[in-house]
Amino acid sequence: MDSTKYILGIFDDPDEMMKGIDNLKEKGISIYDVFSPMPIHGIENKLGVKESRLPIAAFIFGCTGCTVAFCMLYYMLVHDWPQNIGGKPHFAVPDFVPICFEWTVLFSSFGMVFTYFYANHLFPGRAPRVMDLRATDDRFVIAINAKTNTAHDQIDSLLKEAGAVEIKHNDRKYVSYE
Amino acid sequence: MSSHHESIIREPLITGENITYSKITDDILVPVENMPNKAWWIGFTVASAGALLWLVAVSYTFWYGIGAWGLNKTVGWAWDITGFVWWVGIGHAGTLISAVLLLFRQNWRNSINRSAEAMTIFAVICAATYIVAHMGRPWMALYSLPLPNQYVLWVNFNSPLIWDVFAISTYFSVSLVFWYTGLLPDIATIRDRATGLRRKIYSVMSFGWNGSVKTWQRFEAVSLVLAGVSTPLVLSVHTIVSMDFATSLEPGWHTTIFPPYFVAGAIFSGFAMVQTLLLVVRKVMSLENYITMFHIESMNKIIILTGSIVGVAYITEFFIAWYSGSEYEQYAFINRSTGPYWWAYWSMMTCNVITPQLFWFKKIRTSIPASWVLSIIVNIGMWFERFVIIVTSLHRDYLPSSWVMFYPTWVEVSIFVGSIGVFFTLFLLFLRVLPSVAMAEVKLLVKSSSEQEKKKLLKQGQLDTEQAAFYKENLVKYDSVEKTEYANI
Repeated sequence: MDSTKYILGIFDDPDEMMKGIDNLKEKGISIYDVFSPMPIHGIENKLGVKESRLPIAAFIFGCTGCTVAFCMLYYMLVHDWPQNIGGKPHFAVPDFVPICFEWTVLFSSFGMVFTYFYANHLFPGRAPRVMDLRATDDRFVIAINAKTNTAHDQIDSLLKEAGAVEIKHNDRKYVSYE
Repeated sequence: MSSHHESIIREPLITGENITYSKITDDILVPVENMPNKAWWIGFTVASAGALLWLVAVSYTFWYGIGAWGLNKTVGWAWDITGFVWWVGIGHAGTLISAVLLLFRQNWRNSINRSAEAMTIFAVICAATYIVAHMGRPWMALYSLPLPNQYVLWVNFNSPLIWDVFAISTYFSVSLVFWYTGLLPDIATIRDRATGLRRKIYSVMSFGWNGSVKTWQRFEAVSLVLAGVSTPLVLSVHTIVSMDFATSLEPGWHTTIFPPYFVAGAIFSGFAMVQTLLLVVRKVMSLENYITMFHIESMNKIIILTGSIVGVAYITEFFIAWYSGSEYEQYAFINRSTGPYWWAYWSMMTCNVITPQLFWFKKIRTSIPASWVLSIIVNIGMWFERFVIIVTSLHRDYLPSSWVMFYPTWVEVSIFVGSIGVFFTLFLLFLRVLPSVAMAEVKLLVKSSSEQEKKKLLKQGQLDTEQAAFYKENLVKYDSVEKTEYANI
C-alpha cells in the first residue's frame, strides 16, 4: 500500500500553477488546497470557492456599533441623568453623530477581523498547518489528496506538463513545527 | 491575474535586474534576519537617549504637576496641544496611504504602506502620551470615560474633547488591527525561514497563517472593507481634533473652515514625515529597487497639492476674518501676522506655503537631498502652524491687562524633543523585527509592473514606438535603473 498522503505540485510561477489547476480539473482530479505567498486573483472561481460573506458581517457589526453608541448616549444624557449644560437640549442628536460614527467603525472593523480570525482558525500560538515551507516565500503549491485521487503517475505528469519545478509525495500532511 | 501586464506608459514600480519572488524576500528580510548594522545602532542610541529624556521630563511633570510648564493664566494650552495635534496629523498619512490609495487601486502604495502604517501607530502613541501628560494627573484620564462613578454623573458627550477620546482611541485601535492583519503573511514568511527560538516566536505572532486560498480570499475582503471604513475614519479624526478649537468662542479658533483645513494639513505633514523616514530607510536598507523615484515623486506631488490647499486655507481664514466685520476676529489675525509672534506666523507661511511650491520643478521633486530637506521644512512648518493657532490666538485675550507672552520651560521642550526620540525608538525597533515593506503585496507587482517585465516587452519590440519612447524618457529620473541598456532597445 502506498503511504503517500498528499501530492504537492510546486511551481515558481503563478500562471503556470493556474495552468496546473486547469490540467488537473480537466481530468477530474480534485484539488485539496493551494498555498501561495501572495493572493492569486481569479483562483477562487477556478477552484469554486464561494465569495466571502465577511463584508456582510462587517455591515451587521457596524449597525450594531451605531445602535449601541446611540443607546448608550441616549441612556446617559437623556434618560439616566439629564444635565443642564448651558440650558441646551438634552437630546441633541447632532452631538451624537461623532461617537455613533466612531463606534460604527470600531465595531465593524473589530467584528470583521475577529470573524476572519475565527473563520480561518487564526489565533496567537496556533500550530501553523503548512505543507511546504517555501509556500510563504517563492513557491506556489497545489496540494492533492493522494488517498482519494489514486492515479498518482497521471497527476505527476499533469503537474510536470504545466511546469511544476518539483513534485513531492508526502507521507505527512503538514510540516512539523515541533 | 498575475500575468496581466500594465500599460507600457506607466512607470515601473519595482526596478532592478533578476527580481524574483525569493529575491524580494531576501532583500526585505536582510535587517530582520541579520544583526543590525552600525547606522541602526547609532540611530537607536540617539533615539533611545531622546526617549530617556522624554521619560525624565514626563516623570517630572507628573511629580510637580503642569506647573512645571510655562503655562500661565492667559495661555493655558501651548506646547502640549501643539505637540498632540502635530503627532496626530503626522499619523494620518499612514492610513491615507494604506486605505485611500488601496481604494483608488494605486499600486505604488504596496511598497510604502507597511512602514507608513507603522509610522501612524507610533505617531498616534506619541499623540496619546500628550493627552495623558497634559492632564497633569494621568489617573484623571479615567474621568474622560463614561464609567459609573461615585458622583453618579456621566461625561459631557456634547463636548468635542470627549468625541476626541472616542475618535483617537478608535483610530489607534483600528489602525493597529489593520496593520497587524496585513503583517500576518509576512510574519509567516519569516517564521518559515527561521529556526529555533526565532521560529517559535514568529510562529506565535503569525497566528498560524498558511497562505491557503480561503485565507487569502478572506484576507483581501478584510483589507478592502477595512480600507473602506478607515477612509472616513481618518477624515473624522482630524475633523474632531479641529473641533476641539472650532467649537470654542475664541477668536482665531472659531472658524468653520477648520475641519477640511486640518485634514489637508494632516495629510501634508504626514506625507512629509513619510518622505523624511523613507528616504533614509531606502538608502540605509538598500531598498532603492522597491521604493523608487516614482514613489518619491508621487509623494512630492501630494505634498504640493495638500500644501497648496493649506495655503488657500490660510488666506481664506484671513479674508473671512476681515469680511466678518468682527473686530476681535480681525485683531486676532492681524496680531498673528504682525504682532509679537510674527516670526512664528511667517515661519509657518514660508515652510508650508512657499517652499513646497519648489516641488513644481521636476529637478527638485526628483532630487533626493532636496526632497529630504523640504520634507523636514514641512515638518517644522506644520509644527509652527499649530503653535500659531494655539498660542497666538490665546496670548492676547479680551482684557489687555492679561496680555502675556508664552515661554516654554525646559520640561516642555524636553517632552517634545523626547517624543521624537520615542517615535524613532519605536520605528527603529519595528525595522529590526518586522519586514518594513509588505512583501506579499510587492510580489504582486513582479509580473505586472516591474522594470524587468517592461524591458522584456520592449525587447519583443511589438509596442507603439511613441509609447516606448515615452516610457524610456520616464526612466531617466530613476536612480536605480541602468540606463545604458535602454540605448539599444
